[in-house]
Amino acid sequence: METVWWASEDLWRKVAIWITAFMTVVLIVLTYDSLHAITAGGESGRVKAYSVINNRVYYKFDKERNLPVPVIGDSAPLFGKTLTEDEAYALVTKGKITTHAKNCMGCHTFLGNGAYYAPDLTKSWLDPAWGSEGVREELMVTFLKDPETNARGFGSDRKMPNLNITDEEAHAIVAYLKWLSTIDTNGFPRNFTPISQEGDR
Amino acid sequence: MSIGTLSFSHLTTGQQLAIKYYSVAVILFAAQVLFGLLAGLQYLRPDFLYEVLDFSVNRMVHVNAMVVWMLYGFMGAIFWLVEEEAGVELVGAKLANLGFWVLTAAVTVVVLVYLFVQIGPGTMESLWFINEGREYIEAPRWADIGIVICLLIFFYNISATFMKGKWSGISGVLVLDLVAVAGLYLAGMFYITNTSVEQYWWWWVIHMWVEATWEVLVGCIMAWGLIKTLGASRKIVTTWLYIEVALMLGSGILGLGHHYFWIGTPEYWFTVGGFFSALEPVPLVAMVVHAVYDSGVHRFKNSNHPALAWFIAHAFGNFFGAGVFGFMHTLPQINLYTHGSQWSSSHGHLAFFGAYATINIAMFYMGIQKWRGDVYMSANIAHSWRWKWALSLLCLGMTGMTIALLISGYEQSFIERALGGATWAAYFEAQQTAWYVQGMVWRQIWGYVFASGLVLLIWDLLTIGKGDTRPMLLPEPAEH
Repeated sequence: METVWWASEDLWRKVAIWITAFMTVVLIVLTYDSLHAITAGGESGRVKAYSVINNRVYYKFDKERNLPVPVIGDSAPLFGKTLTEDEAYALVTKGKITTHAKNCMGCHTFLGNGAYYAPDLTKSWLDPAWGSEGVREELMVTFLKDPETNARGFGSDRKMPNLNITDEEAHAIVAYLKWLSTIDTNGFPRNFTPISQEGDR
Repeated sequence: MSIGTLSFSHLTTGQQLAIKYYSVAVILFAAQVLFGLLAGLQYLRPDFLYEVLDFSVNRMVHVNAMVVWMLYGFMGAIFWLVEEEAGVELVGAKLANLGFWVLTAAVTVVVLVYLFVQIGPGTMESLWFINEGREYIEAPRWADIGIVICLLIFFYNISATFMKGKWSGISGVLVLDLVAVAGLYLAGMFYITNTSVEQYWWWWVIHMWVEATWEVLVGCIMAWGLIKTLGASRKIVTTWLYIEVALMLGSGILGLGHHYFWIGTPEYWFTVGGFFSALEPVPLVAMVVHAVYDSGVHRFKNSNHPALAWFIAHAFGNFFGAGVFGFMHTLPQINLYTHGSQWSSSHGHLAFFGAYATINIAMFYMGIQKWRGDVYMSANIAHSWRWKWALSLLCLGMTGMTIALLISGYEQSFIERALGGATWAAYFEAQQTAWYVQGMVWRQIWGYVFASGLVLLIWDLLTIGKGDTRPMLLPEPAEH
């Protein structure tokens, strides 16, 4: 039996090759554009420079985009020390590497990706769990160093194990989390309610 | 050698190697289920193994064992079919054997380090030698390099064998796909501080593997399997394979965009990711049509009943798990509430099982049949209740887990996101609501059902066809 043209093997082989090639090219073009847009400190402002940890971070509802966006406020140096971009990069890097080495993603999510046994850390810097702005930094460091004693399970029995995080690592993790909270995530997580801070608007 | 007795003399060199890969795959499958049960139990009893084997460790072993056993299954399946498909003996058999032992030794060391060292100080050395801390690809960097070397050896064996012998539509697609599978892994092998950029590339590995290249790979295995078990026409099967590749990569490559909604990337990904990922179920529907049509044309007369049953389970599981359960929360308007909740784990469980565990199990049955000298495995095999119950318990257990996790996911997205303001307090409030907890309890119960299915499956794989002296029923060619 003769095969009709639209069911021929040869036609579909060509279609498969052309579609795959075309989609790959489109992806490469979009990747080039996206990587440019998410450069730290880039002009799009979607991902902030690491020295943003020297400032206060707010979220403000953007009517045009119909979602809350990060706003960088006045000077509010982390642990009272203003850092250069290089120093900030080094500190945030130390924090980020520590989150890898301790396998934080095995329980938590970052930007919503990871495991679901513990809260998302995308905006943990701004979480009301830390009570007030004044005590936040120290509370975070204390918690990371001894999470069992300082458990914040909100009535649940779940608690973070002691991961032998040193004082230096804890400070670096807090720096990383502060920087992370400034990424423009297109409104994720939905409806986030930040901690109240000085100069709140 | 007689029919019904296990003997390597029934097998080609590649197939002997495949049996080794399958054996490790089954062991890792069992490990995946064991550590899944431990992690599931920790949701219900957080004190269980606290600071001994924490949730993060159990979960890491659970997902890594899964990735690796599926890769082992695929590699085994390819070694299984390469010689028959190429019409010549495996090229570089000694090297292939060495590759197997090196890879297996590396996997063993990685798992032991996961279990006994677990974590390290916040330095690059920890990422090189303990774990990389990135979901699914936690393997430390030294192991990454080892994996790439072993994959290159594997690629050499397969492509050189086809080059020496003959090419076919299936082998052409397969070899090109293997280049992509190996190449994409490189995107997960570097450290970067900028989390948005890091996750951008991380998804190139994860998404492009499970939602593109792995799908094509199992499409090839499925095509070959239908020819072998049913006697399906190669011409029709190959045409279907090309259609599936066109649809799969046509939707899947840009479907990657559904992972770029919330990681800092621009808003155009809403449109690109939403549109193309909504199309991702289409090829999976095509696969169901393909499998059911071919089975119908051949009136289900086939050479290996358990394998065909698992091939069909693959077609449906892939469609429901990856297609329906993926589509369910892929649009950004929904994903804003569901991303990073138990919805994802519900989808993940059914998709990995439906798309990949099933087809690997089908190939295990093809393997055992030939290992026993092409023993009869069609209607009226002895103890056939075992494979039927194993299939039923595994599918039922997985469906139960999926639905239970989905209920918890609904509860979580509603309480934590829609109502609670997505704070830590809202997270924990959701985790403690009665319906969320009930979902987790039922997930655990269905997990035990699944585990009992696995025990039965392993028992069946070890015993099916034993002592049966009837020869394999040869599939009848289609009446086209």
